[in-house]
Amino acid sequence: QGRFTLLRDTRTDGSFLVHHFLSFYLRAGCKVCFVALLQSFSHYNIVAQKLGVSLAAAKERGQLVFLEGLKSCLDLLFGEEEQPGQPSPLQFLSGSASDLRALFDFVRVSLTPAAGDSWKGPVLLVDDLSVLLSLGAAPVAVLDFIHYCRVSVCCQLQGNVVVLVHSNEDSEDEENELVVNSLCHHSDLILWAEGLATGFCKDVHGQIKIIKRLSLRQAAEQDLVQIYQYKIQDRNVTFFAPGMSAAVL
Amino acid sequence: LVFTEEDKYGLYSNLLFKYFLAEGIVCGHDLFIASAKEHPDNILKELPAPLLDDTYGKELRDEAAAVKSEDIQDSMKIAWRYQNLPKMEASPTTYTKFGHYYDVSKKMSPELCQSVKRHSFYLHEELSFEPKMKTCNMNSGYTRLLQSIQRIISQEGFDGSDPQKKQRKVLRIGIQNLGSVLWGDDVCCNDTPEDTHSLTKFLYVLRGLLRKSLSACIITVPAHLIQNKAIMERVTNLSDMVVGLESFIGSERETNPLYKDYHGLVHVHQIPRLNSLICDVSDTKDLAFRLKRKLFTIERLHLPPDLSDTVSRASKQDLAGSAKLLSSGCGAMAIGKKHLDF
Repeated sequence: QGRFTLLRDTRTDGSFLVHHFLSFYLRAGCKVCFVALLQSFSHYNIVAQKLGVSLAAAKERGQLVFLEGLKSCLDLLFGEEEQPGQPSPLQFLSGSASDLRALFDFVRVSLTPAAGDSWKGPVLLVDDLSVLLSLGAAPVAVLDFIHYCRVSVCCQLQGNVVVLVHSNEDSEDEENELVVNSLCHHSDLILWAEGLATGFCKDVHGQIKIIKRLSLRQAAEQDLVQIYQYKIQDRNVTFFAPGMSAAVL
Repeated sequence: LVFTEEDKYGLYSNLLFKYFLAEGIVCGHDLFIASAKEHPDNILKELPAPLLDDTYGKELRDEAAAVKSEDIQDSMKIAWRYQNLPKMEASPTTYTKFGHYYDVSKKMSPELCQSVKRHSFYLHEELSFEPKMKTCNMNSGYTRLLQSIQRIISQEGFDGSDPQKKQRKVLRIGIQNLGSVLWGDDVCCNDTPEDTHSLTKFLYVLRGLLRKSLSACIITVPAHLIQNKAIMERVTNLSDMVVGLESFIGSERETNPLYKDYHGLVHVHQIPRLNSLICDVSDTKDLAFRLKRKLFTIERLHLPPDLSDTVSRASKQDLAGSAKLLSSGCGAMAIGKKHLDF
């Protein structure tokens, strides 16, 4: 409870982790607020069905609050004038406000437990944070947003936050690197999916580094780092120790 | 959203662009062409003509038959372990019926062109008017383009908003030379452009429009002119598929014996991963293209055999160095300068 997990990918696509966490938390009975900035609802729905969870049903029963960034953006730009009582969560796009306050309000409102809710712990899932920078949000605004989310979701509501970011070694995108480094320092758990250093391989899609940041909570502890390699299949992902891929054994 | 990085002189990426549009016409899809460089009508006049199935199929089969009959009886004596590996196919010899083939030397007939609805957007002809959408600090050229696309999508019912239209057609959008100076964006001329977010915002909104409707889009961008690599990274994240074309014209690779059969390389930076956990990864990532008199083909790049007698150490290292750049298969071609020590 109250954990901040950072999903990070380099040279590969780490979205399989997002799908995993989404179906994991829904199956566990948590209330999930999913800020999906990059893909449409039907994409996640189809994958989640393969993993055994129905997003549409979860939405119906109020367990899932889904913000489809692409659709929201279109509504904001091409739609009629917004109603005063319902500001768009992506308001920073239209330039009227330069911070992500509207987005944070959306998150807070969706995860605050309503009367009669029987869900275990709230969860905020964001896919993916680097897109906000591409859309013109300043890195400071993004970090502020995450900070507010942590305070409200992790500390006040004892929920979890899972965020996906992209990063690259020798990336020239300094704003992105700034955000990613800052988030790394504040995370309880980092799952870092990397493409293999030797290049593309059919049987091993990448390696994942799991960093448990014990040093965050306890002063004298060391971080625990584990490395596995993985291969993604149609319905699940198999993990194995480095060098132990089924293709080699 | 297919994002193509143009080659230096734009020759080959233009060809790819035209192929996309021609395929749309042949499949009966509607077209939307946007450009700031050439008038869309001119682009339409230059689309390659589709090849009738039988002639191309026959040509392919003849070629394949010739190749097969030669070495059917050869069994390997020294490298006999390789005998069991499947023969590597440079290009698909079995004629699969996916898509169509085009003859680059002929132009598409105007009747065929007229058979689908074409919408065009030529930046310099668009009258300036108050855009109905909120500008969100985007370059005005992009804003107008987005507005135009959105208008076509909703008017023609590609987003399913009109229940009357029963036949669901697809809209193919082609945007040429995006990000160049002609669109009013200085991202190609400046290291620190004035507005770093116009292009990425445009792509994001375009992505939203594409997801919402039955459409597919190809964009060509002069990526070699964009100095700010951060923007390229962000753009890659926002696209579904990213393909880069690198032509050998004018570069030192033109005379490199490795590449003598080809006109350029195809770099596939990203493949779409939609609606599933995995994406369709092909076996190899080394692709090269060549423009024959009639056809533009993309093939697997394979090295010609090293048959030269006078191989000095220097030239061998040269070749090895460029071979290292080619592929990064798991140890398959790990010939680096430090490994080749004999």
